[in-house]
Amino acid sequence: MGKLDPPETLATQDAPLYASRVRVYPQAVRGTVRRVKWAVLTVCLALYYLVPWLRWNRGPGRPDQAVLADMEHGRLFFLWLEIWPQEVYYLTGLLVLGAIALFAVTSLFGRLWCGFACPQTAWTDLFMLVERLIEGDRNARMRRDRATRWSGADYARKIAKHAAWLAIAAATGGAWVAYFNDAPTLVRDALHGDVPIGVVFFFALFTATTYLLAGWAREQVCTYMCPWPRFQAAMLDADSLVVSYRDWRGEPRGKARAAGVGDCVECRACVHVCPTGVDIREGLQMACIGCGLCIDACDGIMGKLGRPQGLIAFETLDNLAASDAATKSLPPGPARQAPGMAARRVPRIIRARTILYAAVLSAVAAAMIVGLALRRPVSLEALRDRAPLFVRLSDGSIRNGFTLKLAERRAEPAQLAVDVEGLPGARLQVVGRDADAAGHPLVATRPDGVAEWRLLVTAPPQALPRAESTAITIRLRDAEGRVLAAERSVFLGPKP
Amino acid sequence: MSSATERDPVTGTQTTGHEWDGIKELNTPMPKWWLWTFYATIVFAAVWVVLYPALPWTGTGLTGSVARLDNERDLAAHRAAAEPMLERLRQASVEQVLADPELGAYAVAGGRAAFASTCAGCHGAGGQGAPGGFPSLADDDWLWGGRLADIEQTIRHGIRAAEDADTRMSQMPRFLADGMLTAPQVNDVAEHVLSLTNRATDAAAAERGAVLFAENCAACHGERGQGNRELGAPRLDDSVWLYGGDKPAIIRSIAFARGGSMPAWGARLDPAVIRMLAAYIHSLGGTER
Repeated sequence: MGKLDPPETLATQDAPLYASRVRVYPQAVRGTVRRVKWAVLTVCLALYYLVPWLRWNRGPGRPDQAVLADMEHGRLFFLWLEIWPQEVYYLTGLLVLGAIALFAVTSLFGRLWCGFACPQTAWTDLFMLVERLIEGDRNARMRRDRATRWSGADYARKIAKHAAWLAIAAATGGAWVAYFNDAPTLVRDALHGDVPIGVVFFFALFTATTYLLAGWAREQVCTYMCPWPRFQAAMLDADSLVVSYRDWRGEPRGKARAAGVGDCVECRACVHVCPTGVDIREGLQMACIGCGLCIDACDGIMGKLGRPQGLIAFETLDNLAASDAATKSLPPGPARQAPGMAARRVPRIIRARTILYAAVLSAVAAAMIVGLALRRPVSLEALRDRAPLFVRLSDGSIRNGFTLKLAERRAEPAQLAVDVEGLPGARLQVVGRDADAAGHPLVATRPDGVAEWRLLVTAPPQALPRAESTAITIRLRDAEGRVLAAERSVFLGPKP
Repeated sequence: MSSATERDPVTGTQTTGHEWDGIKELNTPMPKWWLWTFYATIVFAAVWVVLYPALPWTGTGLTGSVARLDNERDLAAHRAAAEPMLERLRQASVEQVLADPELGAYAVAGGRAAFASTCAGCHGAGGQGAPGGFPSLADDDWLWGGRLADIEQTIRHGIRAAEDADTRMSQMPRFLADGMLTAPQVNDVAEHVLSLTNRATDAAAAERGAVLFAENCAACHGERGQGNRELGAPRLDDSVWLYGGDKPAIIRSIAFARGGSMPAWGARLDPAVIRMLAAYIHSLGGTER
């Protein structure tokens, strides 16, 4: 065993503990991917800003907002659906579906979510557009930020940019609180300056985070804060389509007219347009959000040079290796293009992991659909008295008490008859209520709420059960005799 | 050997210069803004100390928000909010409490809370009672009456409560201890009491006991042992036994007498609370009208 020698010179004072941020100035770019990205961004942001304004008629006295999380009354309204807090598993199911769908899409097409649909990407993209419109493109912005003296116009541009950012951020915070409050009422109240402090807090919170994260933090969110880039590699394999630089075709890099070089002319257009500032030619990396803007940038350059497009493309690692193997022996340059492209094969969509993801997706979706289809308008909870477990009455009868909780999801109250199965001869009484002709107590439900009733089940001496514990089922029937809800419980008594 | 500018050949990352058995630590510096967020938390803490009572000598802090004071404020607000309903309870008659669903539900809910803190110590959670003289309030057997008004009267004035002039009072004689009956006679009376619920073991003794019962017991417990609520004399012909219904327990009851006591709550509780307690106890299962 060797002696542990401390390093002779502790060089930490030379190695930086904190890294200064390298500012990213993404350049404007045109192309197919950019058009798709604009379309996705428009749809997503339009949905976000406009959905609170959709109306949905639920009858008098009910909220008419199509999508509304009513925290005060504990209701989640989604179009025709009304979810109660007890049914939060629908929300859980939705989140599970979202997570699995994210895994599935990532294993097939890489980080589509990060590059196109993530809110961080969408708002950053929007903020960059505003920045470009006010401050100019990459070179103008870099020149201004490096200048030691600013003109009045420079200051005016900066102020205008931040004002525009704050306006968008405020709209974002405003839309957020509109999902939890009736939107038109909220706007009217806000104009009168009469908004609860909680609403102001969340409005301010989402305004501030939008402004800071989309305006200032940007790619730092993806590279330092977000956990997803860290583990999304677990979903990728050699058949996933990821944004790739075809190095078999591009390398070695060189001037356009030089001999014996690949197609990459080292123009760095792919780096200049990248919103996270990475060089895609270094291969798959954590900071690459898979937005594909470098594809558009490179295709534009290749088009100008009269070379085939697709030097950077959505490509699988398998195909990159295959093309590389097929062209290794060929001289760099145009000769590699045809054999390299011919060596590729169609990516395998059906793989073990995609089958698994699809199976889980369908299972969860099916469970949710079945759950929704079997959802009852009335649900019953029967809470047994814990103290006393049973009561001996003066005539020797044994009585058990239950608290019935009837949740009614319809707008009209219903009269329901209570009966108990499994205890022949038992007398039923609901405190404060009458019974029907057959001796079944009638209980009323509370529209869109929970009604509570106290049920007393009495076994007379001649019909006492032979066991300490007897399984019973408490049922609710409507006027037509259909069982609307049932709950299993037990009837307890002394040792016989 | 190690130097700050050394780079790891595999990752291209700078090393910190630390090396242990050939393993070098890579230097992956945190972003600067991370450090700023740390400073921001220090500023936040400083502001917090000024606003809230964080240090012993700073009093309540600028906000004046102390958890204990907040709690007192909340309790006072709660009491003020409950007052109109409590006043309605004080003004309403017993029948009105029973007839008004809103008032009744409020009384039962409030009574449940008051019962847990005031009554459950003896009568048990849910009024289930306890052996040895703490009657169940969930059954249909009432010593002094089970109507809402009876229950309220009992709570207000107690049972054999020395401090209350209107308390419910009655005293059973100690038949053996005070020499009113002999031991065999006590046995005969016990057999008769058992026969009231068809449990006699000695028909002859029960017959002798019937005569003694008519002379000594029927005045309070009734001819057939049906009890008398005016006197708090329990029924002897039913299945509910406060001190046990087997023969030894009955003999003990006759020989040495029984008589529990309960404090009078009229001077200790708000009339509205007593009304709520009565409504809750009434709802437990007796619901006698």
